[in-house]
Amino acid sequence: MNVPEMTEPEINVKPKLRVATTSLAGCFGCHMSFLDIDERLFDLLELVEFDRSPLTDIKHCGPCDIGIIEGGVCNAENVHVLREFRANCKILIAIGACAINGGLPAQRNHLPLSIVLEEVYHAQHGLVDGFIPNDPELPLPLDKVHPIHEVVQVDYFIPGCPPSGDAIWKVLTDLLAGREPELGHGLIHYD
Amino acid sequence: MNPDKQTFTLDGKTIPFCNGQTIIQAAMDAGEYIPHLCFNPEFKPHGSCKLCTVKADGRTTASCTQFAQDGMVVESNTKEINDERRVLLQMLFVEGNHFCPSCEKSGNCQLQATAYELNMMSPHFDQFFPDRPLDASHPEYFLDLNRCILCSLCVRASRDVDGKNVFALSGRGIKSHVIVNAQSGQLGDTDFAGDDKAAQVCPVGVILKKRVGFSVPIGKRSFDEQPISATPHPVVKEA
Repeated sequence: MNVPEMTEPEINVKPKLRVATTSLAGCFGCHMSFLDIDERLFDLLELVEFDRSPLTDIKHCGPCDIGIIEGGVCNAENVHVLREFRANCKILIAIGACAINGGLPAQRNHLPLSIVLEEVYHAQHGLVDGFIPNDPELPLPLDKVHPIHEVVQVDYFIPGCPPSGDAIWKVLTDLLAGREPELGHGLIHYD
Repeated sequence: MNPDKQTFTLDGKTIPFCNGQTIIQAAMDAGEYIPHLCFNPEFKPHGSCKLCTVKADGRTTASCTQFAQDGMVVESNTKEINDERRVLLQMLFVEGNHFCPSCEKSGNCQLQATAYELNMMSPHFDQFFPDRPLDASHPEYFLDLNRCILCSLCVRASRDVDGKNVFALSGRGIKSHVIVNAQSGQLGDTDFAGDDKAAQVCPVGVILKKRVGFSVPIGKRSFDEQPISATPHPVVKEA
């Protein structure tokens, strides 16, 4: 009996998950730490593709599976970007101390904003005829810096300043495998 | 009943105890860890942080103030109790200014290590961002009240061991805070000294020795090397 020749059906082609990342009031240190997953980035790229991210330079976030936010919320633009991410991402992850509790930028929170601007643009040594920038294109600073979970619902948190590449890898691989992410001793760090 | 053979169970393990011992004292002596912050075996219990809450014969109680009883069944490491402990920690974190990356105590801090132990991934609540003072008036020590959790260990150490009464808790509720015993309110105007017990007991980064903050680098500190649960009562490396 002749068996009809069959071609191997493509059963293992899963659509890649879309991941977006951004830094709000952060220093990009968490993104640098993300790059510390080193050659595992190639493994990751087998499973995901990047939407808006400093890695792609895409300016707006489209529909995504995972959004990763570094940095807290210190100005109006941060709020808009954060809401865009929340509206588009099924899972939102806060990465690093600033996104989680305000971090270093929030050290200004016990000072009135006017005093901070005055100090930076007028009073500091060496400033002559300084003025507080008021270009309409500049986002307005908020009176306080806030962690992102005070503005939108956040699904997962990766603490650290920055979290290690290994901690980021652990959370991402747990999520990609459908596990609840868990950082044990050595990976969970606030410093 | 043989008073030498009294035992209770902690999460199913048999723990021996002597008359007059609290649950946490007996547990520590047996090498078992119950999360705690305001308790220190060298001092009279204060019972304020409630981290050491357990269920003893089904009743919720602070294990640092509850005397052990023969045959008692104590639950500690359960999801229900750990969830409640995590909420207590989260409230402590948002009430003060706990910015670990810029704190000299990071890695040696019992609040931080306990939060690691209980998998606290975020502070959950809205931050208070309180405005609290930093007192650098003492030549050898800082007093950074941003990180105070009101455990009162410095109060107890100064009063009960040093006999100096340098510290006290003042105010009520959310206004509670540590004060120092000087007309000026400044630590530098008290007889506080580096070899006082009160200088050694702060579980967080409030009472800090000057000029040694980073002699042990971040990443090589007590709780970087082993979790707080690995030692029933943590011995923090000298700064």
